[in-house]
Amino acid sequence: MTILPKIALMGLIVITAGCTNPDRFTAGANDAAQAGVNDPTSPLFFNQTIGDRVLFAVDTSTLTDEGKAILDGQVGWLQSNADYLAIIEGHADEQGTREYNISLGFRRSNAVREYLVSKGVPATRLRATSYGKERPIQVCSQESCYASNRRAVTVISLASLS
Amino acid sequence: MMKRFLIALVVLMLAGPVVAQSGPLRLTITDGVIEPLPFAVPSFEPENAEAAQVAADITRLVALDLSGTGLFREIPASAFISAHSSFAQTVAYPDWRAINAQAMISGAVTVSGNQLIVKFRLYDVFSGTEMGGGLQFAGTVDGWRRMAHKVADAAYRRITGEGGYFDSRIVFVSESGPKDNRQKRLAIMDFDGANMQFLTDSSALVLAPRFSPTGDRVLYTSFASGSPRINVLDVTSVGTRQLQTADGEMAFSPRFSRDGTQVIYSLANGGNTDIYRGDIASGASTRLTSAPSIETAPSLSPDGSQIVFESDRSGTQQMYIMSANGGDARRISFGDGRYATPVWSPRGDLIAFTKQNAGRFHIGVMRTDGSEERLLTSSFLDEGPTWSPNGRVIMFMRETQGAGGTSSLYSVDVSGRNLKPVPLPNGASDPSWGPLQP
Repeated sequence: MTILPKIALMGLIVITAGCTNPDRFTAGANDAAQAGVNDPTSPLFFNQTIGDRVLFAVDTSTLTDEGKAILDGQVGWLQSNADYLAIIEGHADEQGTREYNISLGFRRSNAVREYLVSKGVPATRLRATSYGKERPIQVCSQESCYASNRRAVTVISLASLS
Repeated sequence: MMKRFLIALVVLMLAGPVVAQSGPLRLTITDGVIEPLPFAVPSFEPENAEAAQVAADITRLVALDLSGTGLFREIPASAFISAHSSFAQTVAYPDWRAINAQAMISGAVTVSGNQLIVKFRLYDVFSGTEMGGGLQFAGTVDGWRRMAHKVADAAYRRITGEGGYFDSRIVFVSESGPKDNRQKRLAIMDFDGANMQFLTDSSALVLAPRFSPTGDRVLYTSFASGSPRINVLDVTSVGTRQLQTADGEMAFSPRFSRDGTQVIYSLANGGNTDIYRGDIASGASTRLTSAPSIETAPSLSPDGSQIVFESDRSGTQQMYIMSANGGDARRISFGDGRYATPVWSPRGDLIAFTKQNAGRFHIGVMRTDGSEERLLTSSFLDEGPTWSPNGRVIMFMRETQGAGGTSSLYSVDVSGRNLKPVPLPNGASDPSWGPLQP
């Protein structure tokens, strides 16, 4: 278990508390979170301005150039905000069987983790996991929704990565 | 809490000598089109006043179990010529022949406090003989459905020569809430959807429960820790604990070995997923596959010697069979599309699977050498087959399309006939069919 060296501002604690629940940290969660949008050291800034997610083509875990650009931003933020850890959550769309999609989501989160590590983020600050097809954010059964669901989301956290 | 009751199964020679002749009434279940066998079930005789309601209920459920297979057709009581209102009376065979009832089931019910005794006899109408001896089942009034299922199982067994599946239970995932905030809980039910009870709350995402061979425990995948981990749950106490697996970031897709002491499962590390075998008591695990591809959804053959699993080592999901100790695997699926979630039938002859092709999902079966592939269903999303204890019926989940999509359980005969939903109050997925209960 890792105990982080310093816990910064109380406001951040409030903000990050909302980050422990995957995909429940979107904008407008609360007033304190709103205040963090303009603070470049805040997870909300990471989520909204840097970009917390990259998308994938059907049944692939290959990072796109667009995805790599977002991850380059994540590298910079993580290097500037060394107190934070990140859990990378891989997801799949609903076009596939449950077990396979768990593995596919893991390939995606692992591709992100490996990229971040290759750019200098310590592996000890990163953990990869997968929710398979269990946590769609768009619910239609069309490519427009599937494209948003095939994602790897970097969830910033002050909590320890046990 | 789980209702517990003991059932004593007593074979009684209720009357006279057993007729030496073995009746010609026999329904051989084949894959060809069959004409359902007509049968009659006169209302079971209530042997005391307290038994009146439950006798009527049991009669209806016995008839429903048998006709629900699609193999039998009930002749309505309105067509009966004689009533056969007494269990002890002589069977008026000509009256049953006249309405073309090939089988007639007679029963009697006694209630004493919460104790329930059900007796039954099965008659081969056209031979004019009783099939097998009389049977008596003892249980509780609360457990009357099980008594009915046992009667129906006995009738099914005697007429088809194969084991029944009515007195069995299914563990599954009960679902509620919208697609983007779905709550999932483990639940258990009778094979027909009755007596549903929850086994977990919805605090953590749970997936794919798998019954132990004796039905005493359930393996399932829980996200309580934030990553998939395998838990084992005791069905009686509803106590649960995390299973020790090999070191890895995610463990999922577990199944019990046939003796219930080991688990085969998938473990993921660094983006790679492989299959492992672990000892439940000691936690010691052995890795069985080592390809850099995704190997998951393992299922053991009934004799425990082989494992069928899915792998995308060829580029897409296909099914393979290897020794239960690992090593070389041979591919068995070669048709169009992807093949996933293979499950070895309890008879050992067939593999049930999920097939994804041209934007549709199918439940299908094929022989273990990959021949005689047969698709049983087709829909937007059919997934996750599980076999009835006798290998005649497959249950699976079907999910409907779109923003309001919901999951439910369906069953289908292995011949592809008799597709029907399992009536449940909530959404449901990931069924695992347990054994016939003792």
